[in-house]
Amino acid sequence: MLELYGTSLRSRLLLGTARYPSPSVLTEAVRACGCEVVTVSLRREAGAERAGQGFWSIIRSLGVRVLPNTAGCHCVKEAVTTAHMAREVFGTSWVKLEVIGEDDTLQPDVFGLVEAATILCRDGFEVFPYTTEDLVVAERLLAAGCGVLMPWAAPIGSGRGLNNLFALKTLRAHFPQVPIIIDAGLGVPSHAAQALELGFDAVLVNTAVAQARDPVQMAAAFGRAVEAGYGARLAGPIEPRDLAAPSTPVVGTAFRG
Amino acid sequence: MRILVNGAWRETTGGELAAVLSELGYGDAIVATAINGEFVAATARAHTPIAEGDRIEVLAPMQGG
Repeated sequence: MLELYGTSLRSRLLLGTARYPSPSVLTEAVRACGCEVVTVSLRREAGAERAGQGFWSIIRSLGVRVLPNTAGCHCVKEAVTTAHMAREVFGTSWVKLEVIGEDDTLQPDVFGLVEAATILCRDGFEVFPYTTEDLVVAERLLAAGCGVLMPWAAPIGSGRGLNNLFALKTLRAHFPQVPIIIDAGLGVPSHAAQALELGFDAVLVNTAVAQARDPVQMAAAFGRAVEAGYGARLAGPIEPRDLAAPSTPVVGTAFRG
Repeated sequence: MRILVNGAWRETTGGELAAVLSELGYGDAIVATAINGEFVAATARAHTPIAEGDRIEVLAPMQGG
């Protein structure tokens, strides 16, 4: 079981809820992949609009946990205020903390992230920090009180997969007991499987599913990939080697000697 | 009085935040509020006065990644 802040989860796939062709496709995708956690957000809404009310009703009907994000926040103050607003609306202390530092890559502002995480952990939040693969930043986030790390695989929506494999492996090895969720930049199910094979605890996917030609089928494929990757991790993969090693026994081979 | 609601100037009769939200049509909608960048809990809206020129954010659940 995956343990996140004392909550046990069977599924190691977290799914974003944005950019689907329709609410019904989103609903089917959530059910198809078996995820138990979906990410949500907050946006401005006019009085008579009520779009957010309808969306929230759909999410509640799915019976999944929600992980609110602070997407779009570019400074500590915005992120902290948004987190407080999300805690009230969604009724959870979980928050996926995003403090964006650069618009082309949507790279986290890790300095603001650590500062915001420190404030929110002190305020009783259970923080899921969207961070880079930087080891020292990870240490600061854990020291601030974070019980989970969420390093990016690649820039949000890029679909590039695990971009900095060496640093991600280092991060995994350095914090063997900390739940680490690979967030952002995955493109295909094999990326998710690779993350689990490397020992990461879970992945969070949005664009790769929502923007696929068939989001429901892609959601199901990611669900299976995560299971396959985790199973492979438990099974103990062989180490890569440079030379061939015959799989068929050579003893008793015909025509030899 | 004039206040800035979600980035747009609106004319209201003023009073407490709860009354202003009702006047703006939010009714019983599930929303979170902030005034001038500071979170205002739902339980505090009935005794949080609005002042001329205040910047009010009214946020609702939305899709997110």
